[in-house]
Amino acid sequence: MASVTQSGATPRGFRISKKVLPYVLSLPALLVCIGILIPFFSAVVYSFQRYRLSQPWARQFNWGENYLNFFTDSGFWNTLRVSLVYAGTTVVLELLLGLGIALLLQRRSTVNNFISIMLLLPLMTAPALAALMWKLMTNPGFGILSYFASLIGLENFRWASSPDTALLTVVLVDIWVYTPFIMILLLAGLRSLPTQPFEAAALDGVPRSFVFFRITLPMLTPYILTATLFRLLDSIQQFDIIYAMTQGGPGDTLTVFQVEAYLNFFQSTNVGRSAALLIILWAITYILSNVFIKNWLRLRERARGEA
Amino acid sequence: MYEKEKDLISAFLRGEVDRRGMLKGLGAAGLTAGTAGTLFNMMSTRALAADFDWKAHSGKSVKLLLNKHPYADAMIANLQTFKDLTGMEVTYDVFPEDVYFDKVTAALSSSSSEYDAFMTGAYMTWTYGPAGWITDLNEWIKDTTKTNPQYGWDDFLPGVKASCAWNGQPGGALGSEDAKQWCIPWGYEQNNLSYNKEMFDKVGVGVPKNLDELLTTAAKLTKDVGGGVYGIGVRGSRSWATIHPGFLSGYANFGQKDLNVSADGKLSAAMNTPESKAFHAKWVQMIQESGPKDWSTYTWYQVGTDLGAGASAMIYDADILGYFMNGGDNKMAGKLAYAPFAANPAASAPTPNIWIWSLSMSNFSKDKDATWYFLQWATGLEHAIFGATKMDFVNPVRATVWKDEIFRERLKKSYPGYVEMHDISAPGAKIHFTAQPLFFDLTTEWAATLQKMVAKEVPVDEGLDKLAESINRQLAEAGLG
Repeated sequence: MASVTQSGATPRGFRISKKVLPYVLSLPALLVCIGILIPFFSAVVYSFQRYRLSQPWARQFNWGENYLNFFTDSGFWNTLRVSLVYAGTTVVLELLLGLGIALLLQRRSTVNNFISIMLLLPLMTAPALAALMWKLMTNPGFGILSYFASLIGLENFRWASSPDTALLTVVLVDIWVYTPFIMILLLAGLRSLPTQPFEAAALDGVPRSFVFFRITLPMLTPYILTATLFRLLDSIQQFDIIYAMTQGGPGDTLTVFQVEAYLNFFQSTNVGRSAALLIILWAITYILSNVFIKNWLRLRERARGEA
Repeated sequence: MYEKEKDLISAFLRGEVDRRGMLKGLGAAGLTAGTAGTLFNMMSTRALAADFDWKAHSGKSVKLLLNKHPYADAMIANLQTFKDLTGMEVTYDVFPEDVYFDKVTAALSSSSSEYDAFMTGAYMTWTYGPAGWITDLNEWIKDTTKTNPQYGWDDFLPGVKASCAWNGQPGGALGSEDAKQWCIPWGYEQNNLSYNKEMFDKVGVGVPKNLDELLTTAAKLTKDVGGGVYGIGVRGSRSWATIHPGFLSGYANFGQKDLNVSADGKLSAAMNTPESKAFHAKWVQMIQESGPKDWSTYTWYQVGTDLGAGASAMIYDADILGYFMNGGDNKMAGKLAYAPFAANPAASAPTPNIWIWSLSMSNFSKDKDATWYFLQWATGLEHAIFGATKMDFVNPVRATVWKDEIFRERLKKSYPGYVEMHDISAPGAKIHFTAQPLFFDLTTEWAATLQKMVAKEVPVDEGLDKLAESINRQLAEAGLG
């Protein structure tokens, strides 16, 4: 009886027509999209409101006043500047370091494989925990990095507590945590490149620098663009490291978008302003992503000989 | 068995015998401390239950949101007493302070009914109250059918009790006639000096009596103690918490305010007066000369641990921080002393700004009456006595506990000068901030400005003028200025 049921045809009532099937199959994706879009559009609506949780009676649409206020607010321009400087600095440095390490580890060997695994350890550390570790290491009283700084004549180096060096300190932590991410992506890219061009160059006795700039780098560019895009999006939204180490200070030295938005929501309960800040951050990341993806597609087309 | 002893404890609970007399009597009866404790708890529970139906909500359950703190530890240690007394169940979540207030904001702003009551500070209620997240507890306190006649609402220290009550009007006086009781005080902190007596003796300096002396003493300690020890620990992180302890206590002592409140209820910045600028200049100089090197990252935690570890010679911060650092396995345990501090040489007494750990009821609680039973027990005299005498529930908010000789002697013996410090500064202790909903915006910006001044990014005069200008703009935008 059971075998009859299993091998028998599906009852007519349960058949899904070929026209409907694609819609049914895409339903989960549609639900995910809705799940993403509801909070997003809620934030957009909030950003157009005067909305403080501590003054619920004053909640009303102010039609872009939150955004307009930013233009005359020096704090906002500082936030924009700090966020871009932080993201730009970390991404460039991590890219250079990651590429350098990937090139060093390019050749497959037991030692290189072991080193690449060890280098991934910072990436497995939660950023907030990394910030805490660095906070201890940079303590002017007992921190080991302060001790090393004193050995090279930098007495009383204040790391994250001075406006002059706070950015440098958090950038160092970011580099420590995320360089392995770039390294592993580029290493995978390097190891997957076709060997023929390199063999031909070796036979022709082409100088190494020429090989690097004319063969390796162009072939690696899609990987570099992907790694840069991921890191840039992440870095411009940095929160954990900066907040755990400095809370955005000293002064307004490190008040990046996420820190400002967090303080606006959780401390000031200013939902409208917080949402407006995050929508601006979204717009910036959207524009940056578009630039990168368009370049990536152009490169891919060129590689296929379509452009 | 133990009938005489039970009578003795009952007499104590009725106020007919003092605490010393009861302990003497129990000792004479040959009772061990453990047995005496058990009997005491049993009789306390009976006394509590005498004139009030504590079992009215038996079988119900309340859930608490707690901050990891010795006061929460003391409550948890005594929770079985409440369960026995009421027949109610209590569950709780405990979070470290770093994330605690975010958790509270998230729970309340989402109208979550998960938690019935939670720990809070008075400043937070200036947001939670007007937002409609917490309940005005007057409704229960004044209801004789729901509140134990022995609760003793008048026993709370008046300044502390008033600090938890606000009418919701920006600039409205705390504890006014029309104020709503947003929270019940539990334990509080005054801000005074805690210092390392050994270091003071080594350098040969006395306890500073005013701000000028504080500057010179801290500088001398920094110079002469050696071993990298710095003179004075104060908070410096970019947060409201930097402004409220020593800083505002000293600032208020010079008669200075955060905001002006006009006759029509409008608010305006008050921190760019000449007197305020002079105070700021000295405070900034003190940090630059004698503060921790990474001051701008300092929260209460770093201030306290540095004192306990012997990295700083004194702190101008919460007295209970000095208390905790003088015990446990801290390196400087037993070497710390305490002093009341009036920053203004012309002032007759200190004016410490206070922090009050309190309990609030969520407006989204599923059973407010049952929750109130928990609140009145947790803030009741019996639990306060338990916490003060058996746990580290220092700075209780009830006058009766402060009058308790056993409690005072315990403190005097282990923490010399602590009780005297408390008694001298208590009359001037209150919240010196203006109650208004932008409290966190303004104080965070104030702390950031202080950081810029200490880092010499902006002169004090200019920094305060800019701060006042920014605050006035924010107040106007929010319809408060």
